[in-house]
Amino acid sequence: MFNIERWQEIFETIAKNPLRTVLTGLSVSSGIFILIILLGVAEGLKRGTKKQFEGDIPTKLYFAGRFTGKEYNGLNPNRKIKLNIKDYNNITSSFEDDIQYQTANFKRYNAQTSFEDKNGVYILFGVMPDHMQLENAYLIAGRYLSEKDLIEKAKVVVLGTRIVADLFKGKHDKAIGKRITINDVKYTVIGVTEDNGGEREDTYMFTPHSTMVQLYDNTNNAGSFQFTINPDEDYDKALAKSNQFGEMVIANLKKSHNIHPEDDRAIRFYNALKGGKDIYLMNTGMKIFFWGIGILTLLSGIVGVSNIMIIIVKERTKEIGIRKALGAQPKSIVAMILHESIFITTTSGFVGLFVALTLLEIVGPRIENDFIINPKVEFSVAVITVLMLIIAGAFAGYIPARKASKIKPIIALRDE
Amino acid sequence: MIKIQDLHKSYQMGENSLHVLKGINFEVKEGELVSIMGSSGSGKSTLLNILGILDEADQGTYTLDGTLIRNLNEKVAAQYRNKFLGFIFQSFNLINYKSALDNVSLPLYYQGVNRKERFERSMYYLEKVGLAKWSGHLPNELSGGQKQRVAIARALASDPKVLLADEPTGALDTKTSYEVMELIQKINDEGKTILIVTHEPDIAEMTKRIVNLKDGVIIDDTRIEPKKASLYV
Repeated sequence: MFNIERWQEIFETIAKNPLRTVLTGLSVSSGIFILIILLGVAEGLKRGTKKQFEGDIPTKLYFAGRFTGKEYNGLNPNRKIKLNIKDYNNITSSFEDDIQYQTANFKRYNAQTSFEDKNGVYILFGVMPDHMQLENAYLIAGRYLSEKDLIEKAKVVVLGTRIVADLFKGKHDKAIGKRITINDVKYTVIGVTEDNGGEREDTYMFTPHSTMVQLYDNTNNAGSFQFTINPDEDYDKALAKSNQFGEMVIANLKKSHNIHPEDDRAIRFYNALKGGKDIYLMNTGMKIFFWGIGILTLLSGIVGVSNIMIIIVKERTKEIGIRKALGAQPKSIVAMILHESIFITTTSGFVGLFVALTLLEIVGPRIENDFIINPKVEFSVAVITVLMLIIAGAFAGYIPARKASKIKPIIALRDE
Repeated sequence: MIKIQDLHKSYQMGENSLHVLKGINFEVKEGELVSIMGSSGSGKSTLLNILGILDEADQGTYTLDGTLIRNLNEKVAAQYRNKFLGFIFQSFNLINYKSALDNVSLPLYYQGVNRKERFERSMYYLEKVGLAKWSGHLPNELSGGQKQRVAIARALASDPKVLLADEPTGALDTKTSYEVMELIQKINDEGKTILIVTHEPDIAEMTKRIVNLKDGVIIDDTRIEPKKASLYV
């Protein structure tokens, strides 16, 4: 491979047959180009569909207290179950490894809100810092609630965009730092968020959960709980994991709240993943589909190279015969053809890869389409394609090289 | 230098077997200049291919410079060709995208000689055939006689024991043929063993020994006083 003499030999051969070389390389370049573009588009489509189905992360689990359905330990049915902050802390500490995002969610409807002469009625939520990720909301201005706010029970609030539109004429930056009044309590506005889930959710206000609990219920009622568990590539595994998580949490809650073990009404449990199967499968299916097409394209490129190499070998039959008559060993003929093939596929593959990556880099971010968002290819994918190329080059060259090494000089040199 | 005994060779042509060489006994000493004559189909090219280790006999023995040539795998055959033999062909068989110098240095490349030495030695042989000035030219920029002289330089480059020439003047006009023969005689005078296959009597008369082949057997083997090609140029 690192025989300098052979490199010189190959460069001479290539340099003296530029057309042949370019034609050979072109099929590989275009194959790689198409593969990379396809994979980029697939990634973009994945992001696009993710955004389309956004609003809730597919692995979200939801727990809330309801009314008991069965009497138990002398307690009457129809008892209201209130999940408290102790329950929450128990869950988060016992499932620390599985939980990705976590929040308790204490709601207060009809919150009378005012700033200077403007006012409105909204819904006030007491939540944890992870709530923003859980709702797939994103910051427009300022910052979100922090752990520190939670510990200090700070009177700070994050507003949805509709509220900013009502109270601050939509000027997000102006809202930050202002003090607004909610149900006669003054809060400092620290941030503005927008939610992909819909307009209604932009009329929500978020304040630290601890602040809410202190103001309205004094630790007996923490509201509902939401978690996501760490994602899994495989849908069935993810579903099994989330179901197991849910069952264990419910069992614990039933125990601590004196609920009959077979009472299915007392705790509301919702596993969003059950409805998320289609998205999961679609993403996987799409990935397989695009890789499939890409690899088939590449394969046709490789077959093309192999084909051209066979023609080259045929065209060079006489030359190979001469070389063998002059003392070339079969091994050196195989090495010559293979080396040339690998060199051409790798070089032209890199050209295709480079052009495709550049195109994705330049054009990708400018694509503004609901279904395709910022098509891009990961570095690891690029590395894989390069490796495939080298293997492909060897593969494409091998059959022609074998054929070449079997050329009998006596037949090759026969005068026509 | 070359010794063959009871050499037989048949070719399978579909259903029929064609017996080309029917027991050849033949010996060449070092420094000889031998022509092998015969009409087409007499088996002279087959004999040359066997001598050139490009083909193998069915029966009989072939000894080249004391080495028995038999059942060689391709690798060893290639090594022997490179070490013992230099080929000159009717249609020159130069590689057309390589310059005269590169063509001449090819056998040395397969001997593993490094680039610098390869070119030095090749230049020496190009000078010898009078084409030093043409070293950078491609074969299609050379005349027929020049091409054959490049081919001769190439055959000499690896300093082989024996030169095998298959109709070396077959594609050349009379004057050029004699020029090439003059060169071959000169090389022979320096001590190189040379075998020429030809069907042209005037070319054969310029060698020291004429072997006549007919229907796969040697019918005549005569030593003669060679005519000097230089007298005809």
